Amino acid sequence: MQNSQDLLLVLGMAAVTYLPRLLPMLLLSTDKLPPVLKRFFDFVPYAVLTTLIFPEILFSTAQPASAAVGGVIAFSLAYGGKNLFLVVTGGIGGVFLWELLF
Amino acid sequence: MKTGLPIAFGYFPIAVAFGLLAKANGLPAITSILMSALVFAGASQFIAVNLWATGMGGGEIIITTFLVNMRHFLMSATLARRLGPQPPKVKSLIAFGITDETFSLVVMQPEYNRVPGFVAGVNTAAYLGWVLGTAAGSLLVNGLPAVIQSSMGLALYAMFIGLLVPGLKGSKANVTVFGLTLVLSALASWGPSWLTAIGKGWKVMIITVITCSLGALLFPEEEVKDAK
Repeated sequence: MQNSQDLLLVLGMAAVTYLPRLLPMLLLSTDKLPPVLKRFFDFVPYAVLTTLIFPEILFSTAQPASAAVGGVIAFSLAYGGKNLFLVVTGGIGGVFLWELLF
Repeated sequence: MKTGLPIAFGYFPIAVAFGLLAKANGLPAITSILMSALVFAGASQFIAVNLWATGMGGGEIIITTFLVNMRHFLMSATLARRLGPQPPKVKSLIAFGITDETFSLVVMQPEYNRVPGFVAGVNTAAYLGWVLGTAAGSLLVNGLPAVIQSSMGLALYAMFIGLLVPGLKGSKANVTVFGLTLVLSALASWGPSWLTAIGKGWKVMIITVITCSLGALLFPEEEVKDAK
């Protein structure tokens, strides 16, 4: 019964993935958090994003150089206050051109 | 949902790749689609298919999945704080849609992230992109041209950059946390082998806990000019 085993595996994966998503949401009553913990959670998005971006971005395309070029373009556009769509298309366009040319 | 579209477009090609990989490894289309629909966590699904292909048992795959996805714990806690009191049903629904991308997008929109409908909309768009992409990948045969596929690889990272950078401007605290995280993240990838051997899910969690703790200790007061 290969299929029922597959199903069990998927259900098991679903359960262990859902729990860490669900429990803090239900159990943390955040109004009562001490200030230092509140500050801690303020920083979480920045730290998470940074570890997700770097250094993995370098291996996201066919060559680290094109990824670096795309990354720098995206960074400059974002720093210049451009909207998310432009940042993403600018970055992708940079990679595309670089790989086409080099 | 409209705000979530960039994520849906970013997910779609990755999900297609997942569907193709699953198929190439002999996983039935129905199983990979079901996995995307019920688990909805990209990295762990790729890992699961790889482990499955090497013949690893279900128990080990489930434990690995748990370790990889434990990082959502911090995101869920952060989002819970932003959302404030909500009915358990709403919270349970939103919790299911927490991914690196939806979390990052939602949490960087201070004007909306207290609205459950907005968060659920972003999650739904991302979810549809992921599940439909998996279906496309596991049911269709051909892929995209290599140079397009390669350029699309940058999409999610470019989006992360677009989300991160505006929050750094005018905030010494955020820039400090950013810098510390950058250094630790590089160290965890290229440093001593006992560090690089740690799985990515753990790295994200450990580094986040360290740098956010330092941030909270160094900058205990909320900044007036906080761009958050």
